[in-house]
Amino acid sequence: MAVETTPFAVIAIIILMALVTLATRLGGVFAMSFVRIRPGVERFINAMASSVLIAVVVPMAVSGDAGARAALGATTAVMLLVGRPMPAITAGLVTAASVRYLVGA
Amino acid sequence: MLPASASQLLNPTDVGREFLRLLPIALFVIVFGIAFGLASVQAGLTDWQAILMSVTVFAGASQFATLELWGQHVSLLPLVAVVFAINARHILMGAALYPMLRELPAGRRYGILFLLTDANWAVASQDYQNGRQNLSVILGGGLVLWLAWVAGTVFGVTFGGLVANPEQYGLDMVLGCFLLSMVLGGKRSPRVLLIWTVAGLSAVAAYWWLPPHTHVIVGALAGGVLGYCWKERRHGG
Repeated sequence: MAVETTPFAVIAIIILMALVTLATRLGGVFAMSFVRIRPGVERFINAMASSVLIAVVVPMAVSGDAGARAALGATTAVMLLVGRPMPAITAGLVTAASVRYLVGA
Repeated sequence: MLPASASQLLNPTDVGREFLRLLPIALFVIVFGIAFGLASVQAGLTDWQAILMSVTVFAGASQFATLELWGQHVSLLPLVAVVFAINARHILMGAALYPMLRELPAGRRYGILFLLTDANWAVASQDYQNGRQNLSVILGGGLVLWLAWVAGTVFGVTFGGLVANPEQYGLDMVLGCFLLSMVLGGKRSPRVLLIWTVAGLSAVAAYWWLPPHTHVIVGALAGGVLGYCWKERRHGG
């Protein structure tokens, strides 16, 4: 269904986007209120929680440029050595900017 | 384990502390808000439409993705499908918070979820893995991230040209590096590492071979199913 983008229609479409997004924010908790938290469910939730982050980051490295990969590599290295997020993130950004500067130059 | 009372889970002091804790990340979010404001004006949205979108949708990746679909006409079904696919990870993220959220009265439980997004959820989730119930970061951290996203969008539609190319400074990697540091700050056992491997490989496979925007859900579910099937030795299960 194609809608002409009159000013009113645009606002309606934005509200629709907001409602779809809100449904995703509330939907998981609403669904879980019908599930009894047994040990198996708890294992699923815990494993899924960190897997969400991995599933965001790994394709970012695979599909990204050299700067993106170097940034994630630097963050990993500093995180494993120092164990604190801020230095790890800073190292990632500096690495990405440096690699892109060198490759682009 | 003692059930924490609602007041322990959410009090103004903690919410304020978590607001400040995510302030550094929020500063980077401002830059992305600026980039979004600029891109949305270029895609033909008016200033107010772009700002309204950031205020009400508050989900950067999906907002950027739909900009490609705007024109003289907008096809509603593809637009809704893209927004749902990109944001469907929230369903799993919310479910992961349920063991903490069920302690709250329904109004607050669903109320703070309006501010659920990747960065504040990653902190809450990793704190939980490390034995700390932290819902204050969903509210306090979510608030600072939302303010930054909206403020960035306002700047972007007004003076977008200032940050035309955030990639040059590595700024597009902020969220990726942040999320990665949260994962690596959590528990790392051989079991967890294998779950991550399966999640990562599934996500990449989905990224290559399945419809666009499905990879996060596929990877997360693959990791979750392996966790379900493989009992932890220490807890007996």
